Amino acid sequence: MAIIKCNINGREQSLDVDPQMPLLWAIRDVVGLKGTKYGCGVAQCGACTVHLNGEAVRSCVTKVSRISGQKVVTIEGLSANNDHPVQRAWQEIDVPQCGYCHSGQIMSAAVLLRENPNPTDEDIDTAMAGNICRCGTYLRIRKAIHLAAGMDRKVGRNE
Amino acid sequence: MTVSRRNFLKISGMAGAVFSLGFYVPKHGEGAKIVKAAEAENFGVEMNAWIHIDTSGKVTIFSHRAEMGQGVYQAIPQMVAEELEVNLDEVNIVFAKGDQKKYGNQITGGSSTVRGSYKNLLNLSATAREMLIQAAAANWNVAKADCYAEAGHVIHKPSGKKANYGELVVDASKLETPKNVVLKKRSEYKLIGKPMLRQDTKLKTNGTATFGLDKQIPGMLYAAVERNPRLRGKVKSFDDSAARKIPGVKYVVKTRMGVFNTYREGVAVVADSTWAALQGKKALKVVWDDSGFEHLSTDEIYKRQREALQTQEGLSFKKQGDPAAIIAQAPKKLDVMYETPYQYHSCMEPLNCVAHYQPDKLEIWGPIQAPDWVQDYISKEMNIPREKVIVNMTFLGGGFGRKAFMDYPHEASVISKEVGAPIQVIWTREDDATQGPYRPGITYRCEGVVDNGEISAFKVKLAGQNVSHWQGGKKDAPNRSASEGFLKPYFDTIKNLSIQDVPFETPIPTMWWRSVYASTNGFAYESFLDELAVEAGKDPLTFRREHLKEERLNKLIDKMEDVSGWKNRKAKEGYGTAITECFASTVGQVVKVSRTADGKLKIDHVWAVMDCGWYVNPDTIKAQIEGSIVMALGAATHHQVTFKDGIPVDKNFYSYQLPRITDIPPIDIYIMENDADAGGVGEPGLPAFAPALTNAIFDLTGKRIRKLPFDMATV
Repeated sequence: MAIIKCNINGREQSLDVDPQMPLLWAIRDVVGLKGTKYGCGVAQCGACTVHLNGEAVRSCVTKVSRISGQKVVTIEGLSANNDHPVQRAWQEIDVPQCGYCHSGQIMSAAVLLRENPNPTDEDIDTAMAGNICRCGTYLRIRKAIHLAAGMDRKVGRNE
Repeated sequence: MTVSRRNFLKISGMAGAVFSLGFYVPKHGEGAKIVKAAEAENFGVEMNAWIHIDTSGKVTIFSHRAEMGQGVYQAIPQMVAEELEVNLDEVNIVFAKGDQKKYGNQITGGSSTVRGSYKNLLNLSATAREMLIQAAAANWNVAKADCYAEAGHVIHKPSGKKANYGELVVDASKLETPKNVVLKKRSEYKLIGKPMLRQDTKLKTNGTATFGLDKQIPGMLYAAVERNPRLRGKVKSFDDSAARKIPGVKYVVKTRMGVFNTYREGVAVVADSTWAALQGKKALKVVWDDSGFEHLSTDEIYKRQREALQTQEGLSFKKQGDPAAIIAQAPKKLDVMYETPYQYHSCMEPLNCVAHYQPDKLEIWGPIQAPDWVQDYISKEMNIPREKVIVNMTFLGGGFGRKAFMDYPHEASVISKEVGAPIQVIWTREDDATQGPYRPGITYRCEGVVDNGEISAFKVKLAGQNVSHWQGGKKDAPNRSASEGFLKPYFDTIKNLSIQDVPFETPIPTMWWRSVYASTNGFAYESFLDELAVEAGKDPLTFRREHLKEERLNKLIDKMEDVSGWKNRKAKEGYGTAITECFASTVGQVVKVSRTADGKLKIDHVWAVMDCGWYVNPDTIKAQIEGSIVMALGAATHHQVTFKDGIPVDKNFYSYQLPRITDIPPIDIYIMENDADAGGVGEPGLPAFAPALTNAIFDLTGKRIRKLPFDMATV
């Protein structure tokens, strides 16, 4: 066991964990934030996507030791009021069905839009190809990302 | 949950007095009866749903069905709000616990929630509305006919007097329950039939929706289980010395769970974190006893199916005329085989379950499709009185049929009892992918003759596992789903027809998979119809139309032709179609394919036309059909479960490749408008896609694909 100091969703954390533990299980079982999901454990489905210093990473294959001194944002910390443009667009288009994969989908989409505020369909497909949705909401995901891009431009938001 | 009012208050967290109406369905064919909570104890059985309104006007509805993405969380409030005359966002939905005695059958399957309860729910809601209006009219000493309800209020039209429902609940609950209230006409609906945003979406965009794996209770430990890799069988011995050395591991215990008529054993590692439990599982060394379990491989399964179809006549499912005699004498006949694979449900949320066994009760939380079945099964298996087994449904991260099975709650309960602590069992993706039950893979032999542009003989035999056997289905009876997916009006025009089920068994556990047998039958029947149309020299849609003498279906075909541009197709475009029926709804699809400049086969467009009769939320229907088409695309062109030496080969998404956003063609969906009874929505969009696609590929290339899945890149 080791003490890992880090910042999760703006709060300083001191986690007493096995440094080999994947970040996913540290977030869920130790910090108690359950919004980040387990889907495959091998970085194939993207359900566990979080932001590590602003980059989308698969928390299921990221050792918790790697986040020492780093900043992590999970779906719970993406916005204060469930109102990040991606979240609003997801709500407006009614993207989720079962909803299980969408924490990861939204976290991936948020990074895409920061890097590329006006993505084409191809850009979206490339950026989102690592996130599986078994309910098959892909067409709505694409539509919602375009909508969120428009919202971003409107409010000048580009985080 | 008992049906006393006091308990309603406790469970739903409502304040003050509560006006509660519920409905129950009498045993013998009568319509539903609406009763007040106070009277309900006189009936005590099969209360399917309850509406409660408290003194603040808050409306709570108990749903006896699960939400797994299909939209019941939206559809039920939308129906209630319409007839009760409240705003949609004032209706809260609470999932009932498992209890068949109170709610009737709770299995969320067969696309049955709306179509099975909408008439009763509308009636219940309208009855509550009428009682509230009556209470207000009596209070004001005015004529009831001068009052109406709107947005959670009763209004006296001449004077403009207004009362909130909350002010009326005490008086309303003292009234006689009226019979035969008048329901709104479709043209009067304000909510039903309109696209409405789902109530659960916001919970699913910020991580606050609680799925099974998110459930946590005080003192809960985490368990991971190493199970027999051959789908059934026992633990011979195990060495847990390495597992016990992992920090955080608390217990290692042998466990078991029911798999149909047998038990599968495993070894559970129980720890203080998921990670420790998973590491402990990896460190186990287990010797398995799978004697009596045949080590089958996929090639052998299909070889046996083909042989059975070549050499045996089956159990007769349907026979009219004498197709065999016509086929025997015909100068030319079609005689082809179609093959569909075993499939894995692959819910994004792998199986999991929380169980807390205590001396006086057992409580379970999980992503569960059939809480009443779980309650019943575990009560019997673990010898606990039924009412002491409390089963709670969380949100389901996908279900598709898999989560209607009792094995994983059973196993969690056994482990909790063994270690004496509340535990959560997590199935890894590998566990989930390799341990079934699966959709059965089926081979079909189809023989037919066309004469003068019409089908003169039609003979289908299928060989595949019968899912109903695990529920005690008779082995000397044909599969009752042998024609599921096939349009029934064909039976009126194809005078010489037979459908037979050639019994076929393996030890592989099989289970319903979205749209069940229609998902495989649809490919065989609708591919074969296409082959017969080609044989007859007819346009495939025209050929179907000529064999379907039903106005509703002809309107569906008109719509398909219209929206897809079927009649104006250009050269180098392949068009294919299929029409299937499933759970009382019919879906017709048209798929358009072409070759890209570098010769690759590409799906250009999919058009789907749904006829589900009366419906609640068109946006939910479109979402369900989009999802069904994506799932069908995966099953047709991406993945299958293969077995080698009795063990499923693909263990995770790196080889069991699900469709991704890069694979999805444009999809347009249309809904037919008519006043027929409501049909299912969650599943009927699936079966027609695969045959429409392969029929389109035939149209473009002349290649007939008779085996799923196939690789688009190599056609």
